[in-house]
Amino acid sequence: MSAPASIGVPARKREGVFLQRLKGGDPVAHAIAWLAAASVLLLTVLLVAELWSQSATARHAFGFGFLWSTDWDPNARKFGALPFIYGTLVTSALALLISVPLGVGAAVFLSELARPKVSVVLTFLVELLAAVPSVIFGLLAIFTLVPLVRDVIGPALDKISDVFPFFAGPAYGVGLLTAGIILAVMTFPFVISISREALLAVPREQREAALSLGATKWEATWDAVIPFARLGILGSIFLSLARALGETMAVTMVIGNDPKIASSLLAPGYTIASVIANEFTEATGDLHLSSLILLLLALFLITIVINAGARLLILATTRQGSAK
Amino acid sequence: MSVRLIRRKIVNAVMLALTGLCTLITASTLLVILGYLVFNGASSIDWNFFTRLPLSPGETGGGMANAIVGSFQILFLAAALGIPLGVAAGIYLAEFSPNSVFSFFVRYTADLLNGVPSIVVGIVAWSVVVVPMKRFSALSGGLALAMMLIPITVRTTEQFLKDVPVSMREGALALGASRWRAVATVVVPAASAGILTGVILGVARIAGETAPLLFTALNNQFWAKGWREPIASLPVMIYTHAISPYEDWHRQAWAAGLVLLALVLFANIAARFILSRGTHAQRG
Repeated sequence: MSAPASIGVPARKREGVFLQRLKGGDPVAHAIAWLAAASVLLLTVLLVAELWSQSATARHAFGFGFLWSTDWDPNARKFGALPFIYGTLVTSALALLISVPLGVGAAVFLSELARPKVSVVLTFLVELLAAVPSVIFGLLAIFTLVPLVRDVIGPALDKISDVFPFFAGPAYGVGLLTAGIILAVMTFPFVISISREALLAVPREQREAALSLGATKWEATWDAVIPFARLGILGSIFLSLARALGETMAVTMVIGNDPKIASSLLAPGYTIASVIANEFTEATGDLHLSSLILLLLALFLITIVINAGARLLILATTRQGSAK
Repeated sequence: MSVRLIRRKIVNAVMLALTGLCTLITASTLLVILGYLVFNGASSIDWNFFTRLPLSPGETGGGMANAIVGSFQILFLAAALGIPLGVAAGIYLAEFSPNSVFSFFVRYTADLLNGVPSIVVGIVAWSVVVVPMKRFSALSGGLALAMMLIPITVRTTEQFLKDVPVSMREGALALGASRWRAVATVVVPAASAGILTGVILGVARIAGETAPLLFTALNNQFWAKGWREPIASLPVMIYTHAISPYEDWHRQAWAAGLVLLALVLFANIAARFILSRGTHAQRG
């Protein structure tokens, strides 16, 4: 890959080689490409620096207490992050609760059990789903999911609220549950496509050995293939979690925009990303603006840690597979 | 046949059915979404939708001509900035210095930027462009989307360049080409189908982004008079129209949603088509 540039040049004076390289445009091209690569680094540094400096006012005013204060009242100049952290975590957890079983099930079917031709078509459909813009999920959710939760799912869940207290209370349609469901739909394409890759990276011999010992197709999959791919599947879950935490538009459209910590999943809530989307352009004063950016800094830090973890896990499985 | 064997066969059949059901639910979601959008939006798409400006609430009719043009303007700006930078950086990582510490950091930060929630990018563009200029502008919107496009382009370009066989580079160098000529005339053309696919997929992805535009390009009910003015875009229009209480605006939101989704899906399918043709040509 890194063959020396002078490979075809016969031994000459060093100066001559340099002049020839300059005529070929090498140093110029090298410099331009280096600048472009450096701009990626610069962009990242800029991102962190801006978030850090723009949130300075709020950081100095509240310190770490910001994270567990529950008051959010811009008029009283009180700002606390806990309702938003709660909303973000609850909606993302709900989303994973729905999308992980569905997604892993579908990935197993697509990579192990389905016929190849069927699998190609269905995988294509799932991958196209990942390309649907988030605002379109939001549009659909407002006009289909919200009435459905308000009139059908909510009242039904309220009946079993003696056993599951977190389904108690009236359903407004908008709220944590609705946001969780739409996030589930938005994350399962990621669970499926990455889990599927992890499963496909499992060596053929694993399956063949299990089948030749008389295992059924499912037993071979469950005992010989899935254990091999579990790190990659875990990685796909982490990656989906990071997407769910940072998802803005669809959630903002159905969450209900109420900065309270509600015990019921049917109640309206608020997430970090959606409070920024809603309040940022109408922020009242520097402290409000700075508090919103501090929220964003917290979100940014959480997502990069989860993303890094996901990448390590995915890398570990695909390497392991291709090494065999 | 023993009871045990029968039980194992039943478990096998049940799991096949269950995972099949998971697949059916997930794979049919796209068709449901598309069908529902066509059902609600198709009747609202008419000539006016593409040629007229939005009307104020209460009036019926009007269109989204400014948002359609605005979206393309912002995308053009993002592509003009993001694609050359991204491709050049990808070339650097794959061809000039694949193993250096610097390249490792560039790769790492590109992945990091790829995973950053889009709303973060919007705030950064706001703080870098909108605050100093003291106004929302098409320029800042284009810059925000370029920030999202660059890392995508870098990684896909690098990936496809890496797939070009080393023998092709060696062949060019052996004929006396300089490093740069080998890259520009042999390696990049060999990977062009892949790079083009990556670029199209990247542009399709940023075309639907809404969050980064909320605090940068903002919105505009009229035609933007220049790059320094707030500008309308389809995703932001869908958002504002969908959350409004007006019946006629909802109708417009459905129409805009259908147009946006059609464009995005078309770009995705076209990209795959180019990739499959490109690889066939290489093999054949």
